[in-house]
Parts: sequence; C-alpha cells; structure tokens
Amino acid sequence: MAPAKKRNVKPEKSQKGVKTAKMDPNSCVERILESRKHANDVFDLLELLQSEDEKVLISAMSACTTLFCTLLERKELFTGKLHPEDEALIGGFTAEEKCQIFMRHRYNSCVEMLLEQLSHEEFNVKENALCCLIKCATAQGRHPLEDLDWSEHYSFPRELIQAVVENLVSKTTDNSLLISRFQQFLEMEDLRFYVMSSIRESVGQVMEKNKGALMPVYQNNVFTLMTNINMPSQESELTSFMVQQEGEVQPVFSYHKCLEHKRVFERMWLGFLKYKLPSNMYKKILVILHDSILPHMSKPTLMIDFLTAAYDVGGAISLLALNGLFILIHQHNLEYPDFYQKLYNLLEPSVFHVKYRARFFHLANIFLSSSHLPVYLVAAFAKRLARLALTAPPTALLIVLPFIYNLIRRHPACRVLIHRPSAERELIKDPYLMDEEDPAMCHALDSSLWELKTLQNHYHPDVAKAAMLINTPLSGQEDDINEVLEITTHERDLKHSQKKSVPLEFETATQLLKGGGNVLGQHFCLN
Amino acid sequence: MGKVQKKKSLADKVRKTKTSTEIKNNPFEVKINRKKFEVLGQKIKHDVGLPGVSRSKAIKKRKDTLLKEYKQKNKSNKFIDRRFGEYDTKMAPEDKILQRFAMERQRGHDKKDVYNLNEEEELTHYGQSLAEMEKFTDAGNSDDETEEKGLLSAELTASHFGGGGGLLRKKGPGDQEEEGGQRTKSRQELIEELIQKSKQEKRERQVKKEEAQELTEKLDQEWKSIQALMVKKTPKDADAEKTEEKPKVEEYDMMVRELGFEMKAQPSEKLKTPEELAREETEKLQKLEADRLRRMMGDEGRDSSQHQVHMSADDLNDGFILDKHDKKTLAYEDGKWNIEDESEGGQDEDEAESGEDQETDAEEEEDDDEDGKEESAEEEGEGSIEKEDDDGHSDLDSEEEESENEEENEDDDVVSVPKPKKKSVTKEEQEAAKAELPYTFTAPENYNCLKNLLNCHTPDNQRLIVARMQKSNHPSLAVGNKLKLQNLLGFLLEYVGELATRNPPDLLTVDKLIPELYTLCQMFPEAARQALQSIMGDVAHSMEEVIEVNGHAPFPTLDMLIYLKVIALLFPTSDFRHPVTTPALLFIGQALTKCPVRSLQDLTSGLVLCCLAVEYVSLSKRFLPELINFLFGTLHLAVQDKTSLGYSVVPPFRRSGKHCDLLVVSDSESISSWSRKSLPLSACKHLELEEDRDRDQHRLTCLSTCLDLVKRCCLLYKELTSFTHIFQPIRVLLSKHLSSQTLPDSLQELQSEIVEMISSAPAAHRVLVFDKKKPIPLKLLTPKIVEVLDYGKKRGSSREEREQERLKHKYKKEFKGALREIRKDSRFLAREKLSEVMNRDAERKRKVRELFGSLATQEGEWKALKRRKRK
Repeated sequence: MAPAKKRNVKPEKSQKGVKTAKMDPNSCVERILESRKHANDVFDLLELLQSEDEKVLISAMSACTTLFCTLLERKELFTGKLHPEDEALIGGFTAEEKCQIFMRHRYNSCVEMLLEQLSHEEFNVKENALCCLIKCATAQGRHPLEDLDWSEHYSFPRELIQAVVENLVSKTTDNSLLISRFQQFLEMEDLRFYVMSSIRESVGQVMEKNKGALMPVYQNNVFTLMTNINMPSQESELTSFMVQQEGEVQPVFSYHKCLEHKRVFERMWLGFLKYKLPSNMYKKILVILHDSILPHMSKPTLMIDFLTAAYDVGGAISLLALNGLFILIHQHNLEYPDFYQKLYNLLEPSVFHVKYRARFFHLANIFLSSSHLPVYLVAAFAKRLARLALTAPPTALLIVLPFIYNLIRRHPACRVLIHRPSAERELIKDPYLMDEEDPAMCHALDSSLWELKTLQNHYHPDVAKAAMLINTPLSGQEDDINEVLEITTHERDLKHSQKKSVPLEFETATQLLKGGGNVLGQHFCLN
Repeated sequence: MGKVQKKKSLADKVRKTKTSTEIKNNPFEVKINRKKFEVLGQKIKHDVGLPGVSRSKAIKKRKDTLLKEYKQKNKSNKFIDRRFGEYDTKMAPEDKILQRFAMERQRGHDKKDVYNLNEEEELTHYGQSLAEMEKFTDAGNSDDETEEKGLLSAELTASHFGGGGGLLRKKGPGDQEEEGGQRTKSRQELIEELIQKSKQEKRERQVKKEEAQELTEKLDQEWKSIQALMVKKTPKDADAEKTEEKPKVEEYDMMVRELGFEMKAQPSEKLKTPEELAREETEKLQKLEADRLRRMMGDEGRDSSQHQVHMSADDLNDGFILDKHDKKTLAYEDGKWNIEDESEGGQDEDEAESGEDQETDAEEEEDDDEDGKEESAEEEGEGSIEKEDDDGHSDLDSEEEESENEEENEDDDVVSVPKPKKKSVTKEEQEAAKAELPYTFTAPENYNCLKNLLNCHTPDNQRLIVARMQKSNHPSLAVGNKLKLQNLLGFLLEYVGELATRNPPDLLTVDKLIPELYTLCQMFPEAARQALQSIMGDVAHSMEEVIEVNGHAPFPTLDMLIYLKVIALLFPTSDFRHPVTTPALLFIGQALTKCPVRSLQDLTSGLVLCCLAVEYVSLSKRFLPELINFLFGTLHLAVQDKTSLGYSVVPPFRRSGKHCDLLVVSDSESISSWSRKSLPLSACKHLELEEDRDRDQHRLTCLSTCLDLVKRCCLLYKELTSFTHIFQPIRVLLSKHLSSQTLPDSLQELQSEIVEMISSAPAAHRVLVFDKKKPIPLKLLTPKIVEVLDYGKKRGSSREEREQERLKHKYKKEFKGALREIRKDSRFLAREKLSEVMNRDAERKRKVRELFGSLATQEGEWKALKRRKRK
C-alpha cells in the first residue's frame, strides 16, 4: 500500500525537487517540525533518500530519522489501525487526524526506503540505514503506533525488526560486515530476543520456499548473524533493553526470562540445522557447537540427531562432531553404541593433516584416558596410530608418539607392544590387520610397534629422539599431550637455533648439481 | 761434696790423660743403650754412651763459662785478658804460646826495621857470636882502647856485615852522641842515606811510569778521534787492521752467541712417498667419514661412543662428575679443525705441570696422549685441506691459479700490473680475455655494489672476480677483512637468490659461484649459518603464515630450491641435528605436505624438492614420510582410472578432483616417441607447453623421474622394519593400476623392478624388546690404593705439613734439651755455692782453731812464765 502512495506523490515531488535540490535536509526537518504548513516538505526529504550521492543520502537518512523520531515523541503520528491514505482523506477524520495519517504514511514509506538502502553497495550507507532503522525502532518501541494498553502488552516493533532481519540475511550478498555491526545492537536483550525469533521465522519461510535446497549465501548470512548472538548465561545479566518501560509496575514479559531466551535460541538453531547445510558450514558449526551453542540450549540433547549424523559423515566433520558428542556423553548421559569402534575408524591418514588435529588428539586423549578400557582396544589404537604415523608430518608425530606412550603407560598390559621378551628370538610377520574395522579383531595385541622402530630413523631429530624411547622401559610419568598440541614446527626450530659450532661439509663443492649422490643432477639440468 | 768433687776432678784428670780408646774399652766407663728391636741396616749413633766423659765435659764447660759468669756477677769492672787465644779453649797451650810469640815478633817486624833482615839471627864469626865479640870490643873500648880502632872495627862490621846495627844502636848510644859531631857520616847516617836514596829512586821510578801511562792514554784517545778518518782512507793500513781487529772479535762473539741461542735444527718430517700420501689421504677421509657418522647418530651415538668412565669406590653414582668430559665435536672451522687453541694451551700446561711434579695420574697422561693424537691429526688435516682447496681451484683452471699466486705476491704493492706474457699461445689468449679484469678488488660495501660489479661479466669472470676479491681481502692481510668477507658471503648468497629469480634464471653463474661460496663458507661457517638461517627462516615463516590462512601454500620458488641445494653442498646433510640442514630438511618436508600440486610446473618443483630430499637423506638414510607420500601422490596423478583404488591417498593429494589427472598421458602416440632427457631447473619457474605432445613428453619425464626416485627410496629404506608397510600403497598402485596402462618400456621396466624390490623385502621381523640394559654394577668398596714411592717418611700429608711437623718435633726436642741444660746449670751453680760456703766455713774454722791455738800457746807460755816466776 505504501509504495503505491509513494508513486502517487512522486511527480509533484520531482518538480519541487528541482527547486529544492540543494535544500539542506536538516533545515527542512526544522521547518517541518516548526509548523504543519511545511508538512509537504517531507516529500523532498523522502526524495533525497533515493539520491545517488552518498553524502546526501546519509544526511537525508539521519534527517529523516530525527524528523520521525521527534514526531513519534510528539505523538504526531497516527496510532492504531492505519487506513489507506485515500480512504483517510475521504473518511470522517479531523484535519489533525488527517495530518497524522499523512505523516504516518510518510513514516512507513521512509522505513521502507531505509530497508531498501540496507542492500546498498556502499557499506557506509548500509551501516547508516541500519542505525537509523534501529533508532526508529527504538523510538517506535517507546511510543508504540498500536493503540494498546501499556500495562498489559508490551509493544515491540516486531514487524520492523522482522523486516530488518530479513533484509540483513540477504539471499544474494554476503552481509557479514553489516551483521557484525548489527552485533552491537544485539546486546539489547529484547532486540536479541525478537531477532532470534524472526531469524527462525525467516529461515523457515525461505527454506520451505526453496524446498530445503542449499543456499550458501543466505545460510552463511544466517550463520553469521546467529554466531553473533551472545547469549546471557544468567537472568541477572538481563539488564539492557531497547525499550525501557515506564511506570512503577514493570510487567514481566517472556524476554525477561533467561529460560525463554534459551528456548528461542534453541528453536532458532534447530530450525537452522534442520535443513541441509554446505559441508564447510558443518565444520564451522561443529567448531563452535560445544562452546557457544550447546551451553545455551535448554535441552542440549536435542542436538543428538544432528551430531550423530555429523559423526557418521566421516572425515574432518566426524572429528569435529566428536567434541559435541563428548559433551553430550559426558554431561547429558548420552549413550552411544560402538563409540570407540567409530573413533577407531576415524583414524585415517588424513587425521594428521587436517587443521583440527590438535582438537582431535585432545579429545582422543580424553576418551582413551579411562583405565577401564579393554586392553585389545587400547592396543588397537596404539598400533593403528603407529601405522598411520608412517605417513604423518613431524609436527603430528611429535603429538602421536607421546600419545602412544601415554596409552602404553596407562595400560601396562599393552607393554607387549614394545617389549615382548617371551618371543624374543622369533621372526614374525606383522599380524595386525589394518583394514579390519573392529578393533577387537585386528590382532593388535599380537603385534609390535615396528613403526616406531622405523621412526627412529626419522629425519626430524626430535621425532627420532622421541621414537628412541621405546628402546628402554618408559618412564612412569605421563607426558602432557596438551602441551605439545599447539607447537608448530617453526617454534620448535627456534628452540634449537643456538649452537656453538657449525659443522661443515668436507667434500669440496664444485658444481651446483653435484654432490649428495647426484640425484638432482641426474634428473635436472641447469638450463 | 767437696770430697766428691775432688774425686771427680781427680777422675777427670785421670781421664784426660787416658786416650779415647782406653776409655772406650773400660767397661766401667761405657754404658750400653739397650735396643728393643734389631732393625736391619739401621745405623744407630747412640748405642754406646760414655757418661763419665760427657759429664766431665759438661762440668768443665760449665766451669769455663757459667762459673766465670757467676764469679763476675755483681762486679762492675772486669778483667779481660787480651792475650792471644786466652779464651780460646780449643787451642792447646803450647800452640797459644807459639802463636803469641810469633805475633810478638811480627809486631816488632812491622813497625821498624823493614830493611833489617835477620834481626834476631845469631851472627857468628868463626863459630863465635858476633854480638859476643862486639860486646868484647865494646868492653875493650870502654876499657881504654883506641877509639879509632874501635870505630874502625865498628865501621867495618857495619859495612861488612850490615846486620847487627839494631843491636849496636842500643848498646852504645852514649858513644854515638859523643862522636856524631865529629864524623861526617856515621854508619847509621850512611844507612839512612842509603835508605833515603833507594826510596827516592823508587819514587822517581813510579812517577816516570805514571807519566808514561798518562801519555799512552792520551795517545790512545787522540788516535780514536782520528781513527774513523784512517779507516776510510786506508782500510788496508796496518793500523787500521789493528783497530779493526777489535770489532771483528765482537762480531765473532756475537756470532757465537747467536749460534748458541739459535734453535737447534729440528728433525723435519721425512719426505713422503706417493703411497704414504695416498694412505694419509684415505685415512683422513676415513676419519672425516667416521666423524660424520658419529654426528649422524646424534646424541645417542655420542653417548655410546664414549668410553667407560672409571668409577671409584667413593663414587655415589649420582651422576656428579667433577671433571667434565667436555670434548668438542671434531669438525671444521675456518677451514681448520675446530679444536680450540685453548685446549692446546691447556694441554701444554698439563705437560709443563707433569714436568714439574711427577704426580701425573695415569688418566691425565691418557688424555694427553689423546690430545696429542688429535693434534697431530689436526695438523695433517689442515695441510691436506689446504691442498684440497688448491686442488679445487686447479681443477677448474690451472692457469688462473698461477695468476692468483702472482697476484698474491703483488698484493703488497697495490698497483695492479698487467701480467707478463706467458709462454704458450693458448694461455696468452686466455690471458687476453682476462686482462681486462684487475687483479685486486675491494670487497663490496653492500649488496648493490656486488651486483653492479658482477652484473656485466661472464659467469667465469664473475667467479674470477669473487675469487680475487676473496684473495685480496684475505683476513690475514688486514684487520677489517674478516668482516668484509663475511659480508661478501652474505651478499653472494643474496646474489645467488637473485640469479635464480631472474627470468630466465641464470643458473650457470650460480653454478660457477659454488666453489667460491664453498671456500667462503669454509672460512666463515658462522656467517654462512646466519645468512642461510635468516633466508630459510624468512621463507619458512612466510610459508607458515600462508598455511595458517589458507591451509596450504604455493610451492617454493626456484631461488629457494637453489638455496636448499646450496645448503646441501655447504653443510653436512647427515648430521643428527644441524643448525642449517635440519631446518632446511624440515622446510622440504613441510613444502611436500602443504603444497598442493595444481600444474605440471608445481609438479616439477615438487620433484626437485623430492630429489633434494633424497640427496639430503642419501647418506643418513633417514626416513622422510613426506617424500614417500609425495612420490606416491605423484604416481597417483598418473593413474587413469581412479574409480577403484586399493589404497588411500595422503594430503596434499586428493583421491580425485580437479588436478588429479595431471600426469595422465593424453596421447598414446607420444609414448612411443618419448625419450628420456633431463628437465631444466627453470621448469619450476616457468613452464610453457603449448602442444599436447610436449606436455605428454614432460609428463613422461616427470613420471620417469618419480619412478627413479621411488626406486632410490626403496634402496634407501630397505633396512627399515616397516619397509613393506611404507611402500605397500605404492606397490598396489604400481602393480594394479600403472602396470595396466601403456607406458614406455623403460618405465615399465623400472616399475616392475620397484614392485619386485618391494615384494622381495622380508616381512617378518623380530618382536620388539627393550634394549638389554647393562646391570648397574654393585658398588665395590675396594680400598683406595695409593702408590708409595718413598718409604720411611711420614705420608699422607703435603710438604708444608710435613715441614711443620718436623719443626714441631725439633722444637720439642730442643725445649726438652734446654730445660735439662738449665736444670743442670742450676744444679751446678748450687753445688758451687755450697762448696764456696763450705770452703768459707772451713777457712773460718781453721782460722778460729789457729787463733785458739795461738791463744792457747800464749796462754801456755804466759802460764809457764808465771810458773817460772813463781819458781
């Protein structure tokens, strides 16, 4: 309805616009506020809102905001059910009311235009539009346009927020910057509350429309917005509100309760996760899941489906799902059948190359720290890790070797893996079955960790040294895995950079490609 | 008491008269000191004592000294007998008398009658004493004889016998006084005159002599002043010769002295035969190789190589070692062995010490020996290394060597003189080419200087320039040169990097510069380490950053590859941990895991890295999983059908995807036309393959390189226990996938060879057990055995302590002796006092008795007189 009005008034405005093109928006605002005579100048302002010029646009936006906020404050906008403009002009309203209705319509069109500006190319414009919208929303919240009783209902400009959110989570452009700007407003409890519910609605609508197909940009925007929500952990933290109620008796609304927040939050996430997600989104979610989602859910167990599904995906996603699963198992009594077997099967060569290696080993360390695990299982883990270590980079090896040693230390029965004096003279083929999925059937206990013996010849001095440890009985103290998890190669190098003397090659170098077995020279030439 | 003393003194007297043998044989005089133990070979001074003798001696001595002092006590004046030897107890009285007599005579002799010989001799004439005769005449004279006669005779005697004047003088002074005025000259006067004359003559002679001496001295001085003129004028003059004789002598002396101080000719090493030289060379190489192996084994090996340390019974086995075995690794430094001068100095000191006190432990000596060996080895090494260096130069261009040598000679006069022409024509030509190069170069201040200097020259000339720069700035020539050359090394490395980044890369120049880099590196290992470490560190750091952001990184550029190769040339790659090569190898490993292959160019870089990796580990045979992974991934790229793989691929390769068919040959025709040739290194940097054909050729070459590397890896890692597991995926890939594809025959062969090699490796291994640990031996509390070299002396203490002990003992002994002496003295004195008192009493008694007696006689006489009167 509003757009139609706008179009109606456009022609006259454009004429005026020519005259007052260089009109200062602020003075215009002053004039309008001064007396109703100049009410029609509002059209000039609104026209400026569509200007190409960035500066003009921004000043016009702020001017509009001040104008309508003041009008809202003065209650010069029509409250209650709004009639279409044409009707209002005809209907039996007083001049005053007519004027209010007129202004109300201008306000609506202004908001619409601001929402449009949210998808402007320039970030400045977007940001300004967003701020203006929030200001409007704040003003509207204080002085609601609905004619309702304060004491019973809390009127929050839900529609406005809903519109803002829908514009924020655009389907076409990546709005992460704007969203991060929006984050500062999300500190306000009530706003956050309504944003969450509007996200849920929006996701539901949009995904339904698309029949659950992937929408990477949209989903990414939604994800960014959702991750930007900082949930309060306690009710007492609920302090800052966008709309402060006046009056002595403060009615308690849903968003005053922490539990309600949690519920909305939970519904939002579940609504989001219900649909198919791009795989990198999975990873992102799983990375933050244990830290910033699960604790804020009222019923974390609702995540079980999602997590088990993710765990079954395999690869890095499974590794990440481990963390959430761990929390569920640990804190929420989740029983997971064949957990260890799955964990065992997660051990692939890629485990050592992925980014989340440290996290995985941290968790694996926790899972395998139980002393009630059967020996065959621990041995299978140790053996498999050792076998995989044959393809691992040195940084991973420096984690894996202490890890294996810790396993053996915790389970002294596993010592046969590195020390089997009973069969000292025998020559045996490795009985371990790498392809066997069941750790119980892989004969790891009958094997020896020859891989570590091999790694004693590793080129990295620290790895070789660490592998040397199996030559002697292991010390009683466990190594702290968490210490080595984050150390990079470079840091390790730095530790050893100081040395007294530098040994030199004694074979005289004569040519670039010669020396060292002449491998390079055999395959490559200089030009 | 008095009686006893009398007896004693009597006994002493008796003793004195007896000889010592008599006393000793008298059993009553002898006291035998009983010995408790008979010790063989012991000499005892005091086995027999003569108490009587020693007592009498002591008493006598006291009498002579203490008693006299006692007697002199409280006396203010003192009688001192100044006669010769009065208080000398050692002298026999006869001797004393004789001596006194002699002295008396001498005194008389000294004072007068210097010329009076035979003063005391009895002069005789016809057996009669002349003195007697004179007395007679005098007597006659006095008895109214003619005075003339007497005088005549007196004159006669004086003139004839000259002697007895002394006597005569005293005899008749009266006469002389009477007759002095009349006679012109009496005998005495004559004599006096004679004496005076002779004295005068003597004085005159002396004066003359002095004058003559003065004159000669004067003459000498005058001569010296004109000597110089004389020498110049007539060097062959007789005088000149004479004067020259002196300096000649001095010269000679100096020569002699010089020769004396000159070092004696030391035995030089004998000339070595070629065989010996060869053997030394091989020995040196063996030593170096052994050293390399030791470093390769790392710390672990070092521990085992250390010989068993002696553990004493006092060792607490707590790992505390007093003297460190802090041996440096044997390696090069500045082209020398890195054994520091300090250690040599220390060793020298050790030797000196061992010379001083003979208490060197066996251990120390062992150390010394070792040091010595090392030292000698060092010398050998040094020599031969220099030789090697020279060889390195001469290998390339021998004539340059000469020019360098010459230029070295010319270093002193900085002016660069064009080289004199040589004999052979070809050399002249070469010279002509080089003539434009100056012989000395200043070391560049910064990198741009070097670049500008080298830029416009041919690779050979660039090398020459750097070589000359190095020679003319040798550290031994000036103080700051070391720093300059160190900078030069850094600049050169930078230059090498720049050459490699050029388009097209100028690798020929890099190749030429390698020997110079090597020599510089040998001179300044520390600088080379720093330069290369910073280069490596920068690149590795930036790569790490990229990886952190993207998860992967692009392949290192060609200059980095060149640097890696240069590092392998300059530093030993087989060390367990090396400040340069270890980071380099880590970098290679990281590049091989983190850099995804996206083009044939990437693949070429990857293969270069693989080649480098194989070179790095070729000696140490260290296991490099990244290398195997990469080669395996590369082979995977060549597999056509990627649907049913029997293996899993390791990142950075993917099972299937965009760049997974990079090595699949598109046209089967190219397979037959393919022939193997080396890839250019520049392919890592820029690879343009327009046609499919060329691309296939490149693919096949890469594949062949890869297969060859796999083969090399197989050979390298054959010994590893997990060999089959490591190569299992490759085996599957080769036997199941690649073998079914059409490939050139040589590749097929290579591939079947590899498969054969992998499957033939032994699969069975010995189960793991801990290393057999040597049981810690029980602490054996054996006594500490100290070798005793001198018996009979107090042991276990230092010299000072022993000296102190000795002094204490002596003091004690002396103290006791003194105490005894003092007691004896006081006893002696008491005895003397008593005897004095007794004597006095006895005297008094005697006198009283005498008085009484006289009184009694008086009384008796008086009574008798009275009685007589009465009668």
